[in-house]
Amino acid sequence: MSRIALVDCNNFYASCERLFRPDLRGRPLVVLSNNDGCVVARSPEAKALGVGMAVPAWQVRELLRRHDMAVFSSNYSLYADISERVMITLESLAPRVEIYSIDEAFLPLPEFLPGGESHEQLARRICERVKQWTGIQVSVGMAGTRTLAKLATVAAKRYVATQGVVVLEDPSRTQRLLQLMPVEEVWGVGRRLAPQLQRLGIKTAWELSRRSPRAMGRRFSVNLERTIRELNGEACLDMETAPSPRQQVLCSRSFSHRVTDYAALREAVCHYAVRAAEKLREQQQLARRVTVFIRTGAYQSDERHYANSATAPIERPSSDSRALSHQAARLFDSLWRDGFRYAKAGVVLTDLSSVHCCQHGLFDALSSQPHQPGLMRALDDLNRGGRHQVWFGSEGIVRDWRMRREHLSPAYTTRWDEIPRVG
Amino acid sequence: MAVELFLPPQNSKGPALPLFLEPVPAGFPSPAQDYVEKTLDLNELCIQHPAATFFVRAQGESMTEAGIYPDDVLVVDRSLTARHGDIVIAVWHGELTVKKLETRPQPRLVAMNKTFPVIEVPEGVELEIFGVVTTVVHRVRQP
Repeated sequence: MSRIALVDCNNFYASCERLFRPDLRGRPLVVLSNNDGCVVARSPEAKALGVGMAVPAWQVRELLRRHDMAVFSSNYSLYADISERVMITLESLAPRVEIYSIDEAFLPLPEFLPGGESHEQLARRICERVKQWTGIQVSVGMAGTRTLAKLATVAAKRYVATQGVVVLEDPSRTQRLLQLMPVEEVWGVGRRLAPQLQRLGIKTAWELSRRSPRAMGRRFSVNLERTIRELNGEACLDMETAPSPRQQVLCSRSFSHRVTDYAALREAVCHYAVRAAEKLREQQQLARRVTVFIRTGAYQSDERHYANSATAPIERPSSDSRALSHQAARLFDSLWRDGFRYAKAGVVLTDLSSVHCCQHGLFDALSSQPHQPGLMRALDDLNRGGRHQVWFGSEGIVRDWRMRREHLSPAYTTRWDEIPRVG
Repeated sequence: MAVELFLPPQNSKGPALPLFLEPVPAGFPSPAQDYVEKTLDLNELCIQHPAATFFVRAQGESMTEAGIYPDDVLVVDRSLTARHGDIVIAVWHGELTVKKLETRPQPRLVAMNKTFPVIEVPEGVELEIFGVVTTVVHRVRQP
């Protein structure tokens, strides 16, 4: 039976911030969203001190001060660069890597691994190599389906005794795990669906897995039907149908054959940007940052290797396909190198905010008006084609617009004048 | 609009394969042909493991006898296991420091400048190595 591994970076943003700052080990640390508005990441110490996820910064300011927590603005360039390193490291270990989010990847694996290595051994090797090469600690969950792999990863993170690896092979172990897991932990169930399921007496993943997929599918959705099948070991989710991660939207594919043509690869990147924008609108979100990456085949192959990524902000948070693909195309042009055989490309949208509750911070002097969809639509119409003829006076006439990032760490890995200094 | 270009190490797959190792379909030139004669790339010379390679800038005079001067850029490979005699980036007292690693008889971090003290690693204290320095980039002409 084939296996699928989910590799998930532990406290990814916080770990990136600590990578070049050993003095911050053990000190509680939080990362704030754009404009330093709310908490988007916490180190384990900060979680233990009760700093909630997505709470506005001003609400926890006293708590942060009392515990002398380290506070950082989101350093998306750093996170994207470290993420790329993690993914490339994974590509050196597995035949296929499907990047799911900035800090997660699925690795579809064959039943038998080269050299008679067991899946558990491979999982441990993944943890070790990613830690050594990139400094990032990952957890690995392995199972027959993505949904089970996701739960295995939750367990690998939660239970120290697992040392970051849970491989579900034996059915009784799978059953025990499902019985331990509250139903809201199941991938794709989430906070909205969980209370409805609980009313039906479904509290754990195990109880959900015992229900009839077809009946639950009729009652709720085809997604829930798939989830139940997946919990029973029947693989029916792929990268297209999988629930999308919350903090970023990613659209990436490995090409069926190598691409060597500039125009073709550029088209692919623009297409991914448009697809990502669609996903974004579906989730009623806006993005402020666009990352593009392109790369050749994995390291073991005999091809010349090139992998690079670029990130840039867009002027205003947007879910507009044109704005996002325009920026993606510009970034792509800065990355393109002739003479390589490209195997993969992708677009990542980060720095997301909701269309409904645009998180303008307490200290935010700029455009604090709540979103008005009608106005936005009219504005979009006027600004069609990216000409930006109409904008809010509060954004300024001279458009030297900078977001508030008072606690930004250096661009340790992406700017020569900001690389770490070592005495 | 500022574009933040990532500058991770690239193109370091080692020397390109000689052309004759590539099967060439008749009638079409192999795409590999373009790669055989190409501009030399410093990345290939300095970087073996791009995903594991970081750059840091040297500060201070403690390593001058190793040819490391203030403001030099050090190429650090995390994928290598540090050996006796390697120049390493170590974590010491919550800071990153560049020193020569000696593992015998006792583990210690040695400055390559006689005016700096040797850091003895006390027994029971685990010495954490951030990475192994493989190359020093030293500019000789001042801008």
